Amino acid sequence: MVSIDTAADATGRLSPTKMRRPRLWTIVTWAIALAVAFPILAVFSSIFAARGDIWRHLAETVLSSYVANSLLLVGGVGIGVLLMGVPAAWMVTLCRFPGRKVFDWALLLPMAMPAYVIAYTYTGLLDYAGPAQSALRDFLGMEGGLRWIPDIRSLPGAVVMLVLVLYPYVYLLARAAFLEQSACVLEVSRTLGCSPWRGFFRVALPLARPALVAGVALALMEALNDFGTVQYFGVDTLATGIYRVWRGMGDATAGSQLAALLLSIVFVFLALERWSRGRRSFAHTTTRYRPLPRYRLTGIRAVGAIAGCAVPVTFGFLLPASVLLYWAITNLDAWAGEKFLFLVRNSFFMAGFAAVLAVCLASVLAYAMRLHPTRPTQWAVRVASLGYAIPGPVLAIGILLPFAAIDHGINAWAKATFGITFGLVLSGTLVAVTFAYLVRFLTVSLNVVETSLGKVTRSMDFAARSLGRSPFGTLTDVHLPIMRGSLLTAAIVVFVDVLKELPATLVLRPFNFDTLATMTYNLASDERLAEAAGPAIAIVAVGIIPVYLMARASAKARPGHDAPAIETFTR
Amino acid sequence: MTPSSSSALELHDVSHAYDKVKAVEHVSLHVNEGEVICLLGPSGCGKSTILRLAAGLETLQQGRVIMQGQTIADGGARLSVPPEQRGVGLVFQDFALFPHLTVARNIGFGLTELDAGRREKRIAAVLDQVDMIEYAGAFPHALSGGQQQRIALARALAPQPAVLLLDEPFSGLDARLREQIRDETLHVLKRSRTATLMVTHDPDEAMFMADRIYLMEAGRIVQSGSPDALYHRPVSPFVTRFFSNTNELTGRVSGGMLATPFGALPAAGLGDGTDVQVLIRPESLQWVSAGSGSLPTASGRVEEVRFLGGSKLLVVRVEGATGEGMLFHVRHSGRHLPEAGSRILLQLDPADALIFPSRREEGRKDLAAAR
Repeated sequence: MVSIDTAADATGRLSPTKMRRPRLWTIVTWAIALAVAFPILAVFSSIFAARGDIWRHLAETVLSSYVANSLLLVGGVGIGVLLMGVPAAWMVTLCRFPGRKVFDWALLLPMAMPAYVIAYTYTGLLDYAGPAQSALRDFLGMEGGLRWIPDIRSLPGAVVMLVLVLYPYVYLLARAAFLEQSACVLEVSRTLGCSPWRGFFRVALPLARPALVAGVALALMEALNDFGTVQYFGVDTLATGIYRVWRGMGDATAGSQLAALLLSIVFVFLALERWSRGRRSFAHTTTRYRPLPRYRLTGIRAVGAIAGCAVPVTFGFLLPASVLLYWAITNLDAWAGEKFLFLVRNSFFMAGFAAVLAVCLASVLAYAMRLHPTRPTQWAVRVASLGYAIPGPVLAIGILLPFAAIDHGINAWAKATFGITFGLVLSGTLVAVTFAYLVRFLTVSLNVVETSLGKVTRSMDFAARSLGRSPFGTLTDVHLPIMRGSLLTAAIVVFVDVLKELPATLVLRPFNFDTLATMTYNLASDERLAEAAGPAIAIVAVGIIPVYLMARASAKARPGHDAPAIETFTR
Repeated sequence: MTPSSSSALELHDVSHAYDKVKAVEHVSLHVNEGEVICLLGPSGCGKSTILRLAAGLETLQQGRVIMQGQTIADGGARLSVPPEQRGVGLVFQDFALFPHLTVARNIGFGLTELDAGRREKRIAAVLDQVDMIEYAGAFPHALSGGQQQRIALARALAPQPAVLLLDEPFSGLDARLREQIRDETLHVLKRSRTATLMVTHDPDEAMFMADRIYLMEAGRIVQSGSPDALYHRPVSPFVTRFFSNTNELTGRVSGGMLATPFGALPAAGLGDGTDVQVLIRPESLQWVSAGSGSLPTASGRVEEVRFLGGSKLLVVRVEGATGEGMLFHVRHSGRHLPEAGSRILLQLDPADALIFPSRREEGRKDLAAAR
């Protein structure tokens, strides 16, 4: 049944294009990598710009408070997410108590809540005119303010808000780490004289340490990225400082320099995260896996465990989501209408477009790594997956300034040459904001696509070829069907991330172009909380989708085999 | 044996390098119709590279690949027919079943040229061949390792390939299952009369499966022939040692004979004064109650007795003319065993003493040839 005909000669001969293909892959991957690196380079190049008076002024006045607030925020959030995430992960993985299975996934729910949404919800709930204080006043029969109630719109308030929505990063990675641990190791510790408790502290926790460090680093990068919460609470951090200096004082160079400072801090956490993930693979000395025995908790201990898990879920999701829903329903006419549909359309269009593009680019990178895994390609992919670490405000200034310069250049040239102008082609259109989304969320899709492509083994490729499929046929008959689900997942995760994204959208969107996120933020800033509830609850509702996907993936993942699959969702 | 006109696959003077590391050097081999050929060698000897070159998964750099009389790859002419047009079947160590397709659709994957009815018939026929017909609708993840292996074989055989290439097809299975599947596979191959080239590092597997074996070392074929020829008439110590453990002695030829604890053995074809090594397989030594007279014997003290299931291993110290004597491993298959510490008589057929010039002598010979 061999079919070697003359056509084989034509296709079989190594054509020059075939020999050149590897270089094409290298060029394409480096083009993507440079695009991602572009805002980073733009920001860092500002360091070499002349330092004007404003910078000296900044250094004398607010810079120290920006840095101090940022560091306090990071410190507080770091401690908070550990205290909230680790015990919860430990309880759902190593103990048995009523409701454990529900908490296993419910603890992920706060991931659906953008920090700025939870911040304004709690403000509405707790401020002077809000239901909490009113009820308390009625109860105490008091008039006037309750001065001893701390103001939520403060640095500690911001820390609490961020902890409530960011602890799932630590929870997820700690949970995966505990699940990966084999009972064999813990049992050995028991035979060597450790009680279950001592076994946890002397074996389980140290083994999970790299995962915990990675989880905290991710949460801290998100905390530094946060703009909405701290801006709304009036806490001056580096993220809001970039804005204030750039937009408020009109000094783009100083703004960029602040951005470079913020980015440097973020890269420290990024390095920490990469390093600890690398260490994780060494953490397992045994290939034998047996599920951990769960300690049954009863009585007061069970109540304690339930409370420990219920607090994050309640305050991170149930309470604020219910309040939002209540506001949204009771103020239906304030937000429901054509304007809202318009926002939904804008948001879905932007998110959908960015999601499709991100998955396409991620596929290109993943295939480049598979088909042509040379050093230059590997480096390019590594650079291209840096984007998720760039905080939104940094991204905004790193994109807008060069784009505006290019636009002005083009227009000046066109005016001089043809006597016409094009307007702001890059900086004033959806190009800039789409570009920002791609830079920031390419990593997310790349992780999912790479994992899924890894499931198509080399020998499957060869089997398909030997069974008569061309390379293209192998792609359509083997790769696509196997990867379809994952590509969709990647698209959904990017879609939702784009929908929630605030700082870059706020700056880079075209004039008068509003999305659900920007409208929520603007209405909340104007204290029109009731109107903001509509778009806010829409964002939260869509945000639940990836949480559901994640919960499903973690339920399917067999610990000891491919438990870390869930990490693809955590950037 | 020379390639017959009915060769299913021939490789002519094939060399291949990865970057600058030579993986295969001047390899020629052929697989006749209906033959099962094993490419045997330690890991990293280049045997898998040959398989990949034959399949077209690697672009040929030097030499020619001919399939059923047609050149499908030529290093000099830069010709390389892509794998999908070669008509080869491949079975991998990890089986590489498509996880998204049922067993039946996995097997039907290569049958695109048949219409639906004939495809169904062919699928049923191959499934029947490997005795898996009731699993047609199952997905690969629901199958055991042995079942996956059978489906992988069925999938490769379904399009009736000119040559079947097997890459360590049994090493993913555990030991007990391996023997059974090996046996089944051989039956299927022989019944379908498919020309087969199989790569393995396991000499027992190669001897069991192969009509002929090509034994490779460091990118070159060192010996080829029937399993019997390679086992009993090895051309070098490497070939001898590859198939089993050996007892090894050294000595110097004197008067056409070699002095050993078993007396003087004839050293045919080796000049006087040549340093030699003698390799004796454990089963070549017989424990006898009395010498037959015609065959050389040596007496020794049993130091250890070890059970290996069907056969037993005796460790025997034979005192020579000098000092402490030397230890011999003897494989014994009788039920009756000697006591540790007792003295026994060992008998050796001189034909089973494999005598080779020592490495030093080989070097001297090469030097002479160079001059």
